[in-house]
Amino acid sequence: MKLRRTMMFVPGNNPGMLINAGIYGADTIIFDLEDSVALSEKDAARHLVYNAMKSINYPCEVAVRINHISTPFGYKDLETILAVKPDLIRLPKAETAADIKEIDELITAAEIKHGFLPGSINMMAAIETAKGIRNAYDIAAASPRMVALAIGGEDYLADIQTSRTKDGKEFFAGRGQLILAAKEAGIHAIDTVFGDVNNEEDFIAETTRIKEMGFDGKSVVNPRQINIVHEIYTPTEKEIDHAQRVIAAYEESLARKSGVVSLNGKMIDIPVVKRAQRTLAYANAVGKYKGGETL
Amino acid sequence: MINGVGREIPESIAGIKNIKPYINPFSYVPTGHLTGPAIKVNKPRSEKVLSSIEQAIDASGLKDGMTISFHHHFRNGDYVLNMVMGVIARKGIKDLTLAPSSLNTINEEIIPYMNQGVITAVETSGARGKLGQLLTSGQLSKPTIIRSHGGRARAIECGELHIDVAFIGAPACDTYGNINGVEGKSVCGSMGYAMVDAAYADKVVAITDHLVPYPLFPISIPQTQVDYIVPVEAIGDPKGIASGALRISKDPRELLIAQYATAAIEYSGYFKQDYSIQLGSGGASLAAARFLKEKMKKQGITASFGLGGVTAPFIEMLEEGLIKAVYDVQDFDIPSIESIKKNRNHQEMSASFYANPHNGGPIVNQLDVVILSATEVDVNFNVNVITDSNGVIMGAVGGHQDTAAGAALSIVVAPLLRGRLPMVIDQVHTVCTPGETVDIVVTERGVAVNPLRSDLKDNLKAANIPLMDIEELRNIAYEFAGKPDPIEVSERIAAVVEYRDGTLIDVIRTTV
Repeated sequence: MKLRRTMMFVPGNNPGMLINAGIYGADTIIFDLEDSVALSEKDAARHLVYNAMKSINYPCEVAVRINHISTPFGYKDLETILAVKPDLIRLPKAETAADIKEIDELITAAEIKHGFLPGSINMMAAIETAKGIRNAYDIAAASPRMVALAIGGEDYLADIQTSRTKDGKEFFAGRGQLILAAKEAGIHAIDTVFGDVNNEEDFIAETTRIKEMGFDGKSVVNPRQINIVHEIYTPTEKEIDHAQRVIAAYEESLARKSGVVSLNGKMIDIPVVKRAQRTLAYANAVGKYKGGETL
Repeated sequence: MINGVGREIPESIAGIKNIKPYINPFSYVPTGHLTGPAIKVNKPRSEKVLSSIEQAIDASGLKDGMTISFHHHFRNGDYVLNMVMGVIARKGIKDLTLAPSSLNTINEEIIPYMNQGVITAVETSGARGKLGQLLTSGQLSKPTIIRSHGGRARAIECGELHIDVAFIGAPACDTYGNINGVEGKSVCGSMGYAMVDAAYADKVVAITDHLVPYPLFPISIPQTQVDYIVPVEAIGDPKGIASGALRISKDPRELLIAQYATAAIEYSGYFKQDYSIQLGSGGASLAAARFLKEKMKKQGITASFGLGGVTAPFIEMLEEGLIKAVYDVQDFDIPSIESIKKNRNHQEMSASFYANPHNGGPIVNQLDVVILSATEVDVNFNVNVITDSNGVIMGAVGGHQDTAAGAALSIVVAPLLRGRLPMVIDQVHTVCTPGETVDIVVTERGVAVNPLRSDLKDNLKAANIPLMDIEELRNIAYEFAGKPDPIEVSERIAAVVEYRDGTLIDVIRTTV
């Protein structure tokens, strides 16, 4: 099971951060060439990220957020970065399936040029406008390279003309639609960043909320946020225990060749069994459960 | 001759007596008796309070060639050392050995007296900045002797460091010489380092900015040891003496190191009811205190005692009942000073009680776990905390050797890279603490267990931390930063580093 609980942004023009980006345990690191890099630093950041990726062996998925291909930097970003084979290209401000298709073709060409396995470089898109939200499924389904949709923060709020609230009402509509689009396309849904790094309490509340909504992970801006997200995404012992008992009851019913699964006298539907299987697979993926034992 | 950590120690070094090479942490067993101060007499109704430092210097009989001492509890807010040295210099006294428990940047003011021959030798725990550069330059006529806090107490008590006159900055002092560190405008808390000086110096001069009527209590340094008292305007700058409550680091790399160190403690086998702990005052140590506190609460474990160098996180644990008692040789912040004043379970102790290897038993021998920082570590687990990447003195040994030797589990924390420099290397420039006494090295990229401690290695397998050999850590560091060229040094020895037992563990040569 591929985890993307945390996707950590790392400014592409900060050598110290590039060197240490891999040590904090994020599921994915995203080297940013876009919003965190000033216009005058675009070339420097692109070459720093290229050299960091070339020389450092990162222990996790490595993504690069390129500038949009409608800017003067997007194509150059792709040309330079694809040569060092990122795991994932993240396109910001995606609005149409055509954006995705064009980049897909460029990646295909680069894979041939550099002799990489075809299809080995994935893509994800950040949706940051109302138009993008409306096209979210088309974007998600535009290429087999697509592995995730993310909802962008400030740009999205500006576009739908609202601002941040404590309980996240402003993202209600966008998050809801993005989740459905991503799930229909069978890819990950990733939530936006929470910028107030010192506000642990609200960060925990927001992360808990988006996990419950169905998001597969969250973009983070500081290593201190990683463990918090991972903890929230780790199944509890109670959940694991329950899942084990559901699976045991299911297996027993299979052995009995009975179509009815029951646990403690209650009937269990097949979706409940599927959820239990997912819980155990997830617990296994996060290292909390192995071979029938909770760790 | 080659000593026990592979360092070349000359058989004779001009200005250093009785050279004994370091062999291993506990091999040197001294014989004989402790030394003592000059016999003192004080007749009834005689006056100890004098009107000036100059009078006190005259009364003490200070002459050319003698040894004077100071204590560093006022840290970078200390006025006493500079003030007294100024008077001594004006009096034309020369060729003194300066033996403070440590030196801070504020003491750079005394550099001219080193140039003028007022001070010709230094024995201390360490130095920074320009003072460090001067001590590394070989300019003084004798090599500087670097000692740990326990080693200094030992040297004083066994007579290797004989103090003729001790000048003691006294936050509160009564008219008959009783001293404590918890009252007055320049409070520093524990007087632990000064206690040894007061007990063994031939003459003891208290310098105070808070002279009170007799009797003062509580008493940290008693009237029986104090000869003269000089009231002055100010003995220190409170802002430099103690910081407010230190904030827990927000540096993610320090937090990661702290997290690994805490996990190492948790799974080491020593994390159980009534364990004991010492933490440093560095960023990663303070952060480790917070993580450790959470784990102690979660698992219902309390510690029997905490030791230090005391900082606010320790005080919080004491007040919440997570630590039964704190033993304190020095305070770093205001909450710690307030605590030692009011909390009976917060106990002041001398440097000898803390760490002297040659007494009936220092408290470090009872210590289970210590977290220590490091400038460099090598593949033999030897630690350097005194010289920088240019070979210049820029730190202090402090209690490093003492706690590493005493604690059942000594953990050294350091970033693997500082800027463009690797911190785990083939050979440290200066060995301060021998690798034999270092059990675990924790960096942000991996944790290495000393091969001497295979028991620990087995325990830590469950800790979910990146365990690797120390050579692997070095390789990662070299991969990023390259292998540093050795620092070029001359034949001239600028300083010797004593191990806590008085043997020589290394020498510091002048750089070229």
